[in-house]
Amino acid sequence: MSTLSAIPISYYLVFCSILFCIGVTGVLIKRNALLILMSVELMINSINLLLAAFSAYTNDPAGQIFVFFIMVVAAAEVAIGLAIVVLIYRTTHSIDIDVLNKLKW
Amino acid sequence: MMMNAIVFLIPLFPLLGFLVLGAGIRVIPRKVTALLAPGMILLSLISTLVLFIGFHPSTASQVHQLFSWIRIGPLDIPFAFLIDPLSILMLLIVTGIGFVIHVYSVGYMKEDPGFNRFFSYMNLFVFSMLLLVMGANYPVMFIGWEGVGLCSYLLIGFWFKNHEFNNAAKKAFIMNRIGDLGFLMGMFLIFTTFHSLDYQVVFDHARGMTPGNPVLAGITLLLFIGAAGKSAQIPLYTWLPDAMAGPTPVSALIHAATMVTAGIYMVARSNILYILSPATMAVIGITGLATALLAAFIAIFQNDIKKILAYSTISQLGYMFVGLSAGAFTGAMFHLTTHAFFKALLFLGAGSVIHALGGEQDIRKMGGLKQAMPKTYRTFMAATVAIAGIPPLSGFFSKDEILAKAFEYSPLLWVFAVAGSLMTAFYMFRLLFLTFSGDFRGTEAKRAHLHESPAVMTIPLVILAILATFGGLINLPALFGGNAGLEYFLEPVFAASGSVAAHGTPLPPATQWLLMGVTLAGVLAMAAWAWKRYTAQHRGLLPDDAPRTFAERVGRNKIYIDELYQLVVVRPLMWLSKFFYEIVELRFIDRIVNGVGSLVVRTGNTVRYIQTGNVGFYMFVMILGIILILFFNILI
Repeated sequence: MSTLSAIPISYYLVFCSILFCIGVTGVLIKRNALLILMSVELMINSINLLLAAFSAYTNDPAGQIFVFFIMVVAAAEVAIGLAIVVLIYRTTHSIDIDVLNKLKW
Repeated sequence: MMMNAIVFLIPLFPLLGFLVLGAGIRVIPRKVTALLAPGMILLSLISTLVLFIGFHPSTASQVHQLFSWIRIGPLDIPFAFLIDPLSILMLLIVTGIGFVIHVYSVGYMKEDPGFNRFFSYMNLFVFSMLLLVMGANYPVMFIGWEGVGLCSYLLIGFWFKNHEFNNAAKKAFIMNRIGDLGFLMGMFLIFTTFHSLDYQVVFDHARGMTPGNPVLAGITLLLFIGAAGKSAQIPLYTWLPDAMAGPTPVSALIHAATMVTAGIYMVARSNILYILSPATMAVIGITGLATALLAAFIAIFQNDIKKILAYSTISQLGYMFVGLSAGAFTGAMFHLTTHAFFKALLFLGAGSVIHALGGEQDIRKMGGLKQAMPKTYRTFMAATVAIAGIPPLSGFFSKDEILAKAFEYSPLLWVFAVAGSLMTAFYMFRLLFLTFSGDFRGTEAKRAHLHESPAVMTIPLVILAILATFGGLINLPALFGGNAGLEYFLEPVFAASGSVAAHGTPLPPATQWLLMGVTLAGVLAMAAWAWKRYTAQHRGLLPDDAPRTFAERVGRNKIYIDELYQLVVVRPLMWLSKFFYEIVELRFIDRIVNGVGSLVVRTGNTVRYIQTGNVGFYMFVMILGIILILFFNILI
């Protein structure tokens, strides 16, 4: 707790923003579905870190409890996401999202 | 409690009859209907008689509440019946005449495929009419008012396969709606003024108001519009002649004896409101007189036996309104009663003639029916003499009472009223002579078919003839040694008005005798003239296309009132509807609606290409969207 609060809050903000932007960039430029899922995880975790940091900064444990919930939900989400990726692979023998362009107009 | 039960039984019987006949319209055999429908009215009549015998005019009027109907804030409308001399008189007329006409209808409608339907409507009509006269407040009267209008519509259009008849039914319904709107607005005004719609409360409050109060004048004028619609007065009378499209017993019951008198009853019921509005009374008087004269004039030139009687009804209703406007409420009710007797009789007699001639209604093709139909002839003659006002038949006394009051009011009014009564005598004797005297002018086939109607039809004629002949005795004036029984009976209802109204000096007996003599001499002269013209000289039998004088053309064409309405009301309304349909509806509303639709389709067609199917692009757009939302969030 003391280590966390020893670092100024602005550091966390900058760090998390950078992490989040990396995640966003990954989602936008990658064509591999697995890598996109990983980028999404990066975005989620940047938010988690920010929640924990603010929780420490304001001395409010609610933020950290919230992080646990997000982790649970994220685990479920990843499970579903990976299942979808597996199914995509089975049908198209590829996990390149540019192949998935049949559903249009 | 006993009285209470009887009061509720009176309208219950016809309602039951309607429900049973209506539910079993396809299964109930004719013989059962022929007993059930008149039987229900007979039970109603018996209940009314029991009520009447147990009733003493000096006792206060009784209100019998069935249940609380509408209660919202200050608005409290119980479903209640009022029993007082006026409603008892109307009950006796409705159930009595109603029963007689039901019996007659059993004979008249015998061959008709819609036998059960006919009687279910008739029972519903009697039920509605009973509600109308028994209601203890305006809304209950209004239910009956609308109910009789509905039954009138159903029965005018009873032979609905004929397009003309349907149009007549619609015309009656629409004209009545115009009047009903007046009635409804009158009720609204009553409620905002008196905060109640109960007769007793309203009349008690009104009693304390000053004569000529503008609010009262408004209320009474609006109510009179309703009365003019229902009782066929100018300008809403043109539906009644067309209403003759219905079966003849319907014309007798609804369009002569009961429903069309609802307006008179309503004005008499609200007498205190009217007596305090001299302006409205003047309007009623002028309207009534104009209607009486106009309808009598038209009747002289008509050739359809039922149309003549219809115009005669309009004319007689005009007389009743004249009586009301002169403050002769009892006189108007007396004439209403006697008119119910003799006009129902005239219509039933006409029905008997039409029956014998196989549907022929043109009096030019009748004549000489005296020998073939002696009972019909004698009863018809009794009714004619009664309506013409020849003593000692009932019409003389009732008409004379109105004429005398009119003279008290203003001698000029009397002159016009007498002119109308002379016309009445003329057209009625014209009808009588053309129908029953001389030689038969129809085809040989019809001559062979001529027969007197069966007993089920002639017995009602005889009963009504007795009533039409001796009905005058119920209110025999003191001048003839009578005790003015009806006047005494109805006195409690009109007592308050009597004390408000300015008392004209009663006419001295000598004047009364003189007026009566003048009228009577005129009536007899008219009868003689009609006899000379139509029996001795055989005139007035011109075919439709024969050249005619101006007055004859105008009269034959009903003074072109229908054409006038066509021009002033129907055409502009059609034109307006056409304008709204072709311009507003098609050019504007439809285009806006269609425009919205095609706009959506066109936008969709263009925009759907955004749906590229490329997942990366979707994610890019999603993130761009989120960024934009955040951006605008900061901005705002």
